[in-house]
Amino acid sequence: MNLANFPFAPPAASNFASEMDTLFYSIFGLSVFFAVVTFFFVVFYAFRYRAGSSADRSSPVYENMKMEVIWIVVPTILAIIFFGWGAKVYADVRIPPKDAKEIYVVGKQWMWHIQHPNGVRENNTLHVPIDTDIKLTMISQDVIHAFYIPAFRVQFMVVPGRYTQMWFRPTQIGTYHLFCNMYCGAQHSEMGGSVIVMSKKDYAEWLANNGSMRQNLTPAQAGEKLFTKIGCANCHGPVDMPPRAPSLAGLYGKTREMTNGQKLLADETYIREAILRPSEAVLKGYDNTMPAYDKQISEDDIMSLIAFIKAGAMPSLPASNLAAGSAGTEAQVKGKAGLNANALEYNAERADATPTERGSSHAVGAMAAEKVDQKR
Amino acid sequence: MSTTVTTPIGNVEPAPKPRTNYLTNGHTLRSWLLTEDHKRIAILYLISVSFFFMLGGSFAGMIRWELTSPAGNILESDAYNRVFTAHGAIMVFLFLLVAVPAVLGNFCLPLMIGAKDLAFPRINLLSWYLYTAAGTLVLISVISGGVDAGWTFYTPYSSLYSNSNVSLCLVGVFIGGFSSITTGVNFIATVHRMRAPGMTWFRMPLFVWAHYATGIIMMLGTPVVAITLLCVIFERTFQLPIFSPELGGDPVLFQHMFWFYSHPAVYIMVLPSFGVISEVITAFSRKRVFGYHFIAFSSLAIAFLGFLVWGHHMFVSSQSMYQGVAFSLITFLLAVPSAIKVFNWTATMWKGNIHLNSPMIYAIGFMGLFLIGGLTGLFLACMGTDVHLTATYFIVAHFHYVMVGGTVMGFLAGLHFWWPKMTGKLFNDNVARWNAIVVFLGFNLTFFPQFILGWLGMPRRYHYYYFAPEYQPFNIMSTLGATVLGVGFIVPVFYLITSLFKGKPAGDNPWGAHGLEWQTTSPPPTENFYYDPIVTDDVYDYDPVAEHEQFLEKQRQLGAHA
Ligand code: HEM
Ligand SMILES: [Cu+2]
Repeated sequence: MNLANFPFAPPAASNFASEMDTLFYSIFGLSVFFAVVTFFFVVFYAFRYRAGSSADRSSPVYENMKMEVIWIVVPTILAIIFFGWGAKVYADVRIPPKDAKEIYVVGKQWMWHIQHPNGVRENNTLHVPIDTDIKLTMISQDVIHAFYIPAFRVQFMVVPGRYTQMWFRPTQIGTYHLFCNMYCGAQHSEMGGSVIVMSKKDYAEWLANNGSMRQNLTPAQAGEKLFTKIGCANCHGPVDMPPRAPSLAGLYGKTREMTNGQKLLADETYIREAILRPSEAVLKGYDNTMPAYDKQISEDDIMSLIAFIKAGAMPSLPASNLAAGSAGTEAQVKGKAGLNANALEYNAERADATPTERGSSHAVGAMAAEKVDQKR
Repeated sequence: MSTTVTTPIGNVEPAPKPRTNYLTNGHTLRSWLLTEDHKRIAILYLISVSFFFMLGGSFAGMIRWELTSPAGNILESDAYNRVFTAHGAIMVFLFLLVAVPAVLGNFCLPLMIGAKDLAFPRINLLSWYLYTAAGTLVLISVISGGVDAGWTFYTPYSSLYSNSNVSLCLVGVFIGGFSSITTGVNFIATVHRMRAPGMTWFRMPLFVWAHYATGIIMMLGTPVVAITLLCVIFERTFQLPIFSPELGGDPVLFQHMFWFYSHPAVYIMVLPSFGVISEVITAFSRKRVFGYHFIAFSSLAIAFLGFLVWGHHMFVSSQSMYQGVAFSLITFLLAVPSAIKVFNWTATMWKGNIHLNSPMIYAIGFMGLFLIGGLTGLFLACMGTDVHLTATYFIVAHFHYVMVGGTVMGFLAGLHFWWPKMTGKLFNDNVARWNAIVVFLGFNLTFFPQFILGWLGMPRRYHYYYFAPEYQPFNIMSTLGATVLGVGFIVPVFYLITSLFKGKPAGDNPWGAHGLEWQTTSPPPTENFYYDPIVTDDVYDYDPVAEHEQFLEKQRQLGAHA
């Protein structure tokens, strides 16, 4: 325990740190002022007017409109000023720049999976280049976590079933704490690691040398493989084929109209829902024939699929399916059965390869999922 | 003197000396367990609430001891999680929400408005039994393996992933909620229907106003949390799809429903203390309270606005940015009525005639802690800084300053103030005054370092931090403070209990305070007053100069320190 171990403020290593710190210290100054002045009067009066002192107690006041108005109006004005400033800083934190470099994060008990744009994956460590806008797209595979980097002054919850985003621009080379800041079970305290800010050159080198994991596919490339493997490509081709299936080329960012008249923006969450629970919202002009992939594929893989769909180009349909085309119910039923078989096969394969990724580490959750499966 | 207890017209005899009071009216256990007397029920609550406070306190000790070393000292992670959950759940649901309203409110509210009892005495007894049942279930859930979901029970962890006694504990909290609802209904009905002749709304003591506002929150808010907890139980037991995305639910929905109650609930914890502080400060400044109407209406404003700020717990939880902005603005505005109270209490002391007896020292300590707690709320209401600070030790420090500082200091101030009324005995005020100072210093030493820890980024609910040893010095300071604070909480148990056997008789009004409760005997008779009181003037018409000598003389006679 030496004095170097006695810091009073976290390191400031991102674009947000300086304004956030100014805001923090301004509120701090305001608070100290109010606390000191008010408590000074409390203690001062306690001595000055202590019982038996000869202080002047003539004409005491019990109501004073002017004083009340002052101490209502002044705090209200200060409150609104700080509200506005805080809201501005918050908006900066929440709205990522358009061309930010996107990194995917999956949280699960008790580990962070991180996927870089060129396919490099890492756990519990996040390497980032300095002076580059980084956008994290995050989801959880089980309970709620929170991705927190104190030195960057940013955190955001990582929620199952929906994507959240967070961005920052690292400004100092170094290694910083990464924490899970939302209680998530037994090893919550260990669900963290480091964020390593590197020079751009080092980062490029690091990316290039780290090719051993998962064949070094980019998320989009991995997504393309999956797209064919689990049967999406049986129906979704380069062009729309109503009422069988729409093409997914250029889908991301479009507004889609549903059979129930709802208009939805095709963002990440929309695509994820469409994969997991397609019958909840069916696209106008199409039949409700797509199988649900809920419980069939992992969050990592959905991320990859989304990356692939964002990239835009769609493979062409297998010839046999093309022939079956919009030909009628029988073909559709057949097609559907085929898809499910595909998905199951894929599932079994995964179960072999990585049992822990399927959630066996949290017994109750896995059990719950099983029960639901049985009901189906 | 403000309020008068008048005899029926024509009858000018002095009140007869009491033969029995509420304590001596029946000595059997049965006479206590089946009592419908609000004062006895308050004593029952005092005993049970103190028990849970000690229990929750010992868990706090374990947490603090564990954290003095970055690698942890005594507990496994699983055990640690169960300990902090037990600490939080017991303290919040079985102490903070109950202590001041159920003990001091129950005891004083009818006396203060000149009523014989609460409006529904049997329901009052029922509420104690509900509380006891709730406490027992929570206790069983803790003993038989424990609960590890945190007192906030965030889904889907609590609903699908936790392998602990979540359901049993939630059933306990659910039942406790009904105890709270019945208390709230009882207070509201009593204030509306049972005031003595002449006790107009604006002659009511501020303590009564505070409890009236609290009753509203209890009545309107508690059903929401009850339903929410029931939903978690159903999801756990029957896999109903409510909060877990795996089943098709929405995990953040839980947070909305939970905080819709739980933010107002923090005002269930501090509003009653505001009431206590208003009474104590006027009594010991011997001066009419400054800005009576502003203090009364700020209680109502807090009760109302308190329902509109729940989203400030979710700035980083994926609620929409615009929602967040609205919640932030209202949260900032909520700071204003709290500030009004502090300024008015301060102005009450101005030109007063201040006696630093133990209740007053606790009240001054309350103001110090509440100032720090309230002002640090600004850092969290401000969305920019909240992004960094939320869920860190900064939050832990903030809510301990407001909830624990607010409630415990208010409770101790009130307990010391009304102890002579409740028991008829005087305690050693000198020891009590020193103890109040120890509590104040210990509290600051415990929780102030946690603000720094939070600003440094230490997450709450962390079992260890070997990867960030720079957090250790502040953790050690905090544990030292907790030890001092522990002493400060244990000492009153001794001198208060001693006073029961060795204390001098208190007389009806040892502090020379105004208010109807001081006009009956100490302890009061079962029916509270020998003659129905009629109120003829304001409660707080102290005269600092004229009453000064009288007060000193009284204290001298009693041998207590003036
Ligand atoms: C009246 C006394 C108050 C009490 C009893 C109180 C209590 C609490 C509690 C229990 C929490 C929850 C901590 C957690 O478990 O996450 C909290 C958080 C919060 N409080 Fe207070 N508080 C009070 C006053 C204030 C004031 C005056 C403000 C603002 C001006 C404020 C702003 C906040 C905010 C914004 C949060 C949310 C922080 C977060 O979770 O990010 N509080 N408070
Ligand atoms: Cu976590």
